[in-house]
Amino acid sequence: MIGPMLEEAWHAMGANRLRAFLTMLGMMIGVAAVIMMMAVGQGAQFMVDQSIASMGSNLFIVLSGSTTAGGVRLGSGATPTLTTADADAIAELPSIAAVAPVSPGSAQLVYGANNWATSVMGTTPSFLDVRDWQVTSGNAFSESDVRAGTRVVLLGRTVVKNLFVDEDPVGKTIRVKQSPFQVIGVLSAKGQSLDGRDQDDTVLIPVTTAQRKVFGSRFPGTVRFIMAQATSAQAMAAAERDMAQLLRQRHHLPDRADDDFDIRNLTALANAQAETTRVMSLMLGAIASISLLVGGIGIMNIMLVSVTERTREIGIRVAIGARERDILLQFLLEAIIISVIGCLVGVILGVGAAVAANLLARLAVVITGASIMLAFCVAAAVGIFFGFYPANKAARLKPIDALRYQ
Amino acid sequence: MAETTVIRTEHLSKQYDTEAGPVPVLKDVNLEIRAGEFVAVMGPSGSGKSTFMNILGCLDLPTAGKYVLDGRDVATLDKNQLARLRNEVIGFVFQGYNLLPRASLADNVALPMVYAGAGREQRNAMARDLLGRVGLANYERYAPNQISGGQQQRVAIARALINSPRLILADEPTGNLDSKTSYEIMKLFVALNQEDGITIVLVTHEADIAAYAKRLVKFVDGRVTHDGGVASGMSEEAPA
Repeated sequence: MIGPMLEEAWHAMGANRLRAFLTMLGMMIGVAAVIMMMAVGQGAQFMVDQSIASMGSNLFIVLSGSTTAGGVRLGSGATPTLTTADADAIAELPSIAAVAPVSPGSAQLVYGANNWATSVMGTTPSFLDVRDWQVTSGNAFSESDVRAGTRVVLLGRTVVKNLFVDEDPVGKTIRVKQSPFQVIGVLSAKGQSLDGRDQDDTVLIPVTTAQRKVFGSRFPGTVRFIMAQATSAQAMAAAERDMAQLLRQRHHLPDRADDDFDIRNLTALANAQAETTRVMSLMLGAIASISLLVGGIGIMNIMLVSVTERTREIGIRVAIGARERDILLQFLLEAIIISVIGCLVGVILGVGAAVAANLLARLAVVITGASIMLAFCVAAAVGIFFGFYPANKAARLKPIDALRYQ
Repeated sequence: MAETTVIRTEHLSKQYDTEAGPVPVLKDVNLEIRAGEFVAVMGPSGSGKSTFMNILGCLDLPTAGKYVLDGRDVATLDKNQLARLRNEVIGFVFQGYNLLPRASLADNVALPMVYAGAGREQRNAMARDLLGRVGLANYERYAPNQISGGQQQRVAIARALINSPRLILADEPTGNLDSKTSYEIMKLFVALNQEDGITIVLVTHEADIAAYAKRLVKFVDGRVTHDGGVASGMSEEAPA
């Protein structure tokens, strides 16, 4: 029964190729749009998720606060109020898992004939735990390196690429602001941060070395910021409160005074951004789905025209013994063929467009089997849904009316 | 299948509801047509003969009265059973041929077998045989618009025959044809009636066409005014 019906549906479409093609075009564009938009949305989400993962989890950054000097209020970090001792004290809090004081700066690095300007971060070994960063070759520096202020350095991937090209950097000596440092390890690649910076374009040195030997400081022992990791996501609120309390105590701030530090919840910021991306991704999909809906309405429209045009044919078929369900099936099959073919071509177009966007516009795209399946099923459902009404209309035509139709 | 009465109507009437009130089209039609009869139905336009044929063909239902086709009371059948009757018991031949323009002649002839659920090979073989029978051997792959009106009507007759019906209902089958072609078509009907024993009910306007039948039923104003021999029926007619 289905075999000859499929054949007939195929012939019926062949009789009006342009119309069938235009109807399919609606589906093609709809499906292509859905797949393309989902690929772009998921690509953006993937990038954000990756950046968040590279940042480390349950993360706070504590900045030195603003001060007022002669009526002029200076911005965050204007005065160095945080010290490595503060960092050590924070590390004692039960809600805190790891703490790393950071004293950043920038410096010109030289190895052999190559040189490269990069950011240099003075910190402690726990920085790697806080940021969830691995050493891929060589070793991290130790607490004793920090105590002694040794001239050792861990290189980020970008720095390795620019200074060493193909050479193995571990054990080599480079110059940081003219003074020689031994490379003891290379960090794993982290990629872009949420704001688009290259996180691998950096080197790590012991915080004491940075303070005393590289950047110097008018206030010995101070650091620009402290990174702190809470023990869990649930402990974030407690950790923030504990840190604020502890720092006010340590800095001897009277009750009325403003904080001379600034605690920022990086994970909350990142999650907000991830949420934004997710919403954007959903919205892209929803907008694309509208074009699928429009394609479906196009099918319904054409099928209604087709039923009217072929009223007499329906009458003939009924007169020679077609049942209602035969007529219904015939028109439904036509609608389904149109939507399925439109959908197949749409999948190819959508995937092609996504790949092209990736190659030409360097847009991150993620094409999953699930998104293709979803587009396909929705398209088939649209075909059945919008094909049913015209097909049912055809099946319910009264035979004598249909036969008399001119 | 041993039923000798193919068609029986008892007090059959039909009325259409219009805004001006019900309009009666058939009034108390009592008719019995036995297997192997060849009946011509005549009557002026609006006499109800077309409505009568539609009811005989299970395309329309009577308002009152009883219609028994091949031993089955049509009023007791559902839509699918009616479709099956149209498919298996009745063969239709229309004035306008009513072939599907996009399908080949063979596919047109085989179409009722599609709805009967027959396989492709069987359909093609039957279609070829029947096209040969109506004098259109080797025309299987032609399209309806490539052949003449008379040939199209032959194809329509082949289509009507494909499920071996007991009854052929022909609604002015020669209405669009010239007289020479009409006579050829009528000879075909006569052969089907005499050689195959198929019951034929044929509506026509023309007395010379009706003359091929053995029995004449005349309608005027929704009532049967004559039922009997063809010759006697003609003599009642006002001089042409």
